[in-house]
Amino acid sequence: MVRQLFRLNEIVEKKELAPRIKEIKVYNPRIAAKARAGQFVIVKVGEEGERIPLTIADWDREKGLITIVFQEVGVSTYKLGRLGVGDVITDVLGPLGNPSEIEKFGTVVCVGGGVGIAAIYPMAKELKKAGNRVISIIGARNKDLLIYEEEMRRVSDELRITTDDGSKGRKGFVSDELRDLLNSGLKVDRVIAVGPAIMMKTCADVTRPFNVKTIVSLNSLMLCGMGMCGACRVEVGGKTRFVCVDGPDFDAHQVNFDVLIKRLNAYKAEEQLALKRFLEVKA
Amino acid sequence: MPVKDRVEMRKLPVEKRIRSFEEVALGYTEEEAIQEAKRCLQCPPRPCVQGCPVGIEIPRFIKKIAEGDFLSAYKIIKERNAIPAVTGRVCPQEHQCEGACVLNKLKKPTAIGALERFVADWALKEGVAKELADEEIANRPSNGNIKVAVVGSGPAGITVAADLAKLGYEVTIFEALHKPGGVLMYGIPEFRLPKKIVEYEIDYLKRLGVDIETNVLIGRTYTIKDLLEDGYRAVFLGTGAGTPKFPGIPGETLVNIYSANEFLTRVNLMKAYLFPQYDTPIKIGKRVAVIGGGNVAMDAARTAVRLGAEEVYILYRRTEEEMPARREEVINAKEEGVKFQLLTQPIRFIGNKDDILTGIECIRMQLGEPDATGRRKPIPVPGSEFIFEADTAIIAIGAHPNPLIARTTPEIKVDEEGRVITDSELRTSMKRVYAAGDIVLGEATVIQAMGTGRRASQTIHRDISEGRI
Repeated sequence: MVRQLFRLNEIVEKKELAPRIKEIKVYNPRIAAKARAGQFVIVKVGEEGERIPLTIADWDREKGLITIVFQEVGVSTYKLGRLGVGDVITDVLGPLGNPSEIEKFGTVVCVGGGVGIAAIYPMAKELKKAGNRVISIIGARNKDLLIYEEEMRRVSDELRITTDDGSKGRKGFVSDELRDLLNSGLKVDRVIAVGPAIMMKTCADVTRPFNVKTIVSLNSLMLCGMGMCGACRVEVGGKTRFVCVDGPDFDAHQVNFDVLIKRLNAYKAEEQLALKRFLEVKA
Repeated sequence: MPVKDRVEMRKLPVEKRIRSFEEVALGYTEEEAIQEAKRCLQCPPRPCVQGCPVGIEIPRFIKKIAEGDFLSAYKIIKERNAIPAVTGRVCPQEHQCEGACVLNKLKKPTAIGALERFVADWALKEGVAKELADEEIANRPSNGNIKVAVVGSGPAGITVAADLAKLGYEVTIFEALHKPGGVLMYGIPEFRLPKKIVEYEIDYLKRLGVDIETNVLIGRTYTIKDLLEDGYRAVFLGTGAGTPKFPGIPGETLVNIYSANEFLTRVNLMKAYLFPQYDTPIKIGKRVAVIGGGNVAMDAARTAVRLGAEEVYILYRRTEEEMPARREEVINAKEEGVKFQLLTQPIRFIGNKDDILTGIECIRMQLGEPDATGRRKPIPVPGSEFIFEADTAIIAIGAHPNPLIARTTPEIKVDEEGRVITDSELRTSMKRVYAAGDIVLGEATVIQAMGTGRRASQTIHRDISEGRI
């Protein structure tokens, strides 16, 4: 008999990976048992909290742990960031969304931007396990914000790094590196890109002329996460689709990124107001 | 002896209610309830009981109210209905119990819903629900610790869980959201159904020994097979019809267009009307268009009024006569200033350069021959297109069952609308799995969900006790 060591949704480990980017391991055996690459959870912190989606970066089925990596950008991620080891997250629902398609494709390029590197990590890991040659391109604004470098190196045949300011690796964007890679004539069977919407859009534009199948994991605003509200809806191939149940992975060349980006900005003023109020109350 | 006039329930004055989420209908006083109860003729054929989908012994409980014995009245209602404070508020009684009342031939029917509500609220105030639950637990048969899983904690799931718990089963409810109650919690607004009332009714379930596990999405967190292998003898599916329909017209992904589900979930479940005290935001513009003519459309429109919209319109493609919403809700909406644009069908949403909604291109309709539902079919009037200015749109044109269960459990057969197919006793095509409520009916009412839930719980009990499963 396994002794239950933790309470459901208890934070068991916490690390700061970079300024304002945190990694927590949460005890939730039922999610850990089912989690697969590409899936996410909905998290709510406190009675008055909102529901936000966060990617499952890793899992340990034996210990019943899931790993979540997040950047403090708004009131909910700030609240989550203030929780420490031993604290319990009010609500965690998952695993949600369709798992990523993992097969032996051949050569796969995994592109991760910013905190999206933690989301591409389980995909790269599974793709490697499935026998693919994995080339990873990861990037951040500067070297201090670059996370999961060692993790990505472990699961990639080749790792390339970019920073916007050139403080580490190539100066420029992950999409620049991707373009050069495709221009070099290397046969690429699939590209997977996870990161800010604008980065995924640029990657889709880069691969389109090369006709390389490209998958993106969309990061729209969400409320329910289970298909009952449509807050996360996007336009894919001219049709309305729900990211939470039809995705989050979609064919990048079918996605209307402008719709995604504009909908992501829908609550900007409210988000700023809530954060300002939260930080004032805290101070 | 002449029949007296019905005692009408008092309502919050309009100017007060449009500025708050307080409950609109105020309920009876004890004197009013007794006076109204005395109108019941206690007629032997009892058509009202036939009209109630869960078969409440209506004349019996009304007689007790007339005698001033509210506790006995409460116990009689609770025999058949786990959530009377809810159903007394949201049932379309005019089509159910009250529609069948013999007083319809003379005057207005006995106000059965208002009386049911009065008794339930009295019980809440007096705190007698706890005693009753304790009594029911003490008297229930022992049933060999047989476990049953109930998926979904809406009206159907609540009914099945209460029925089976009273029969001695060990019941666990799995709910995907962070709070139980289903549509009672996220859908029906506070001003029609206060959430503390739903919580109180759910508390009764817990007192009956029902375990409620929130944040479990069946199909993802566990599959139905997992539950059957995990020792649950039977699984009941009461997951409702919660996936919103979108019209499939250009521009429906523009900013400030909501499904009614999203809009109401933000307000009811997440309390966005208390933002920024609560973290979930909501946006309401000056001119709001609600598309649809059902109860959900009325709920959304009246919610928009309370959030401070200057003008709220219902856009409906037929006339008021064909509106599926309850008459009472249409009247409430009108009293609160909601305007009606009838025979109007949206054909395109229009946005500005930032993709924020600015207007809706609509076309006028005229009514043709009756369709399959018996209502006259709306037909577009050629050349009648016009722009309806709006900065917020709420789509309330219906919902269908969530496809997740069907996608993850192909053994369960569904029809082309995604509804689970069952036999007449609510068995699905998968052995040991039963279903009722909106997942079977499509969109129906709270009380219909409870009525089919009752039949499903009876089938489950029979199949278990007769050794079929």
